[in-house]
Amino acid sequence: MKKRDARKDYILMAPMALWAIVFVGLSMVYIIAVSFLKSNNAMGFTYQVTGENYAKLLNPTYLRILLSSLSQALCATVCCLAVGYPFGYLMARTKKKTRSVLMILLMAPFWTNALIRIYGWRILLMADGPINLVLTKLGWIQEPLKMLYQEGTVIFGLVYALIPFMILPSYTAAEKLDRSLIDASRDLGARPWQSFITIILPLTTSGILAGCLLVFIPAIGLFFINDLLGGGKLINVGNLIKDVQKTRDLPLMAALGVVLLAVVGLLLYVYQKLGGKSSDLNVF
Amino acid sequence: MRKKRLKKSVSPVYLSLVLVFLYLPVLVVVVFSFNDNPARNPTVFTGFTLEWYRDLFKNTRGYWDALAVSLELAFWSCALSVIIGTIGAVGMARRMTEGRANFAARAAEMMTTLPILIPEIILGLAFMSMFYFAGIPMGMTALVLSHTTFCVPYVFIIVKGRMAGLDPALSEAARDLGANERRVFTDIILPLIRPAIISGAVLAVAMSLDDFIISVFLSGAYTVTLPLKIYSSVRTGVSPQINALCSVMLAIAFLIVGISKLAGRKRNADKA
Repeated sequence: MKKRDARKDYILMAPMALWAIVFVGLSMVYIIAVSFLKSNNAMGFTYQVTGENYAKLLNPTYLRILLSSLSQALCATVCCLAVGYPFGYLMARTKKKTRSVLMILLMAPFWTNALIRIYGWRILLMADGPINLVLTKLGWIQEPLKMLYQEGTVIFGLVYALIPFMILPSYTAAEKLDRSLIDASRDLGARPWQSFITIILPLTTSGILAGCLLVFIPAIGLFFINDLLGGGKLINVGNLIKDVQKTRDLPLMAALGVVLLAVVGLLLYVYQKLGGKSSDLNVF
Repeated sequence: MRKKRLKKSVSPVYLSLVLVFLYLPVLVVVVFSFNDNPARNPTVFTGFTLEWYRDLFKNTRGYWDALAVSLELAFWSCALSVIIGTIGAVGMARRMTEGRANFAARAAEMMTTLPILIPEIILGLAFMSMFYFAGIPMGMTALVLSHTTFCVPYVFIIVKGRMAGLDPALSEAARDLGANERRVFTDIILPLIRPAIISGAVLAVAMSLDDFIISVFLSGAYTVTLPLKIYSSVRTGVSPQINALCSVMLAIAFLIVGISKLAGRKRNADKA
């Protein structure tokens, strides 16, 4: 066999690497750099190194928004896990044909805009919307429930938008699970919950970890759910950063972005420490 | 006996409940697109009409212009990311089979796939500020550059996965029979990875059409993409034209998914 020229492989990789260096590497370095420069409050900065942007973030207003965004994302992640993990597990145990139908049904909403689906919830949850109408007709409630513009509704919307990212890795992990291990444990006298804790849970941890990461990371920045279901009253970090075009304080928002990057970096570190593989994060 | 039957029905009931949860809002959007309620914020279904579809096709509110912008954007992002991602994946996979994926190759891979893990809001902010600094005007160019950046990782991962599953003996055989590198690529590798390239391309189009968060930062005055248009229409109220538009988009999405699944099934049948 002829030895191939390794240089050719590098030439093939070069456009991609170059693109990544410019648009991923440089842009990240750029906002990190901007976050340490003094703001001119006109979308720009003066070349003066300062830590005041980070100091400003310690202001209770920003701190509260940051913490509430993180807790919102955390709540959404926990709910996704509670609903999505059983779905993924049960789906892996259905017949092969059912499984492929479920997979299509699960993926199809992906191909439609998340905005549209959240907008659908907005119609449903309105004070004179279909849900209140049905509940009143059934006589279960007298007054229409005020469902929109509540924090819980925003979390509900996050769960709705992100749950496929929990279901898919859970399903992948559960599908690889060897059924005979569970049968063996049951034969040896384990109760269902015992085989769940000692067999199923440890063997599907990879899916749980990947799912949590894939839900939590986007949940921090999904500002349009706050807008559509929270009515703009509730603000998260995403709303704050998006409004940079109005507030025009680019370095401050860059600092906020860097803080979020640090949070994501920390999560990835923990993920890897817990034995998570980066290949588990590719759900498509 | 009864208990056992009850236990057996838990799984289908749970699966269907979650699916209802997933599809309920989609259904509502479609149903309300036929709602003949003329109120400003119609939330009660009063009767059937096709008026909103007629309205939509008259293009009085510029939805079709927005769709044209989105399609142009999706086309260029898809084309660029498929070319860059496929070539990169082929190069990377070859390095891997020689078992010496060195530091540079792994660093390139990490950097390429990083956008999957960065919240979109940060990517949007970073692209906007960097393009601003570099003098790239907000608009189509900025949008294509950013969308390509977040589509490349998906194409790369899908094609690389397919490359890893290829039997290296096929390329070796072709080479032993005298094919040069180019012929090995066009006659052996390319036909084998074509399905992966197509799935990567479809995914890139879908991601680009769906993107809202990054586009918020980069759209110019004359390049309002469809998601941006939808957002500004539904932010405060209910708009039946938007329901009609969304129903059309849903129908197209389901058609594409259905066709690609059917094509996939046919491919598998051919193989068997």
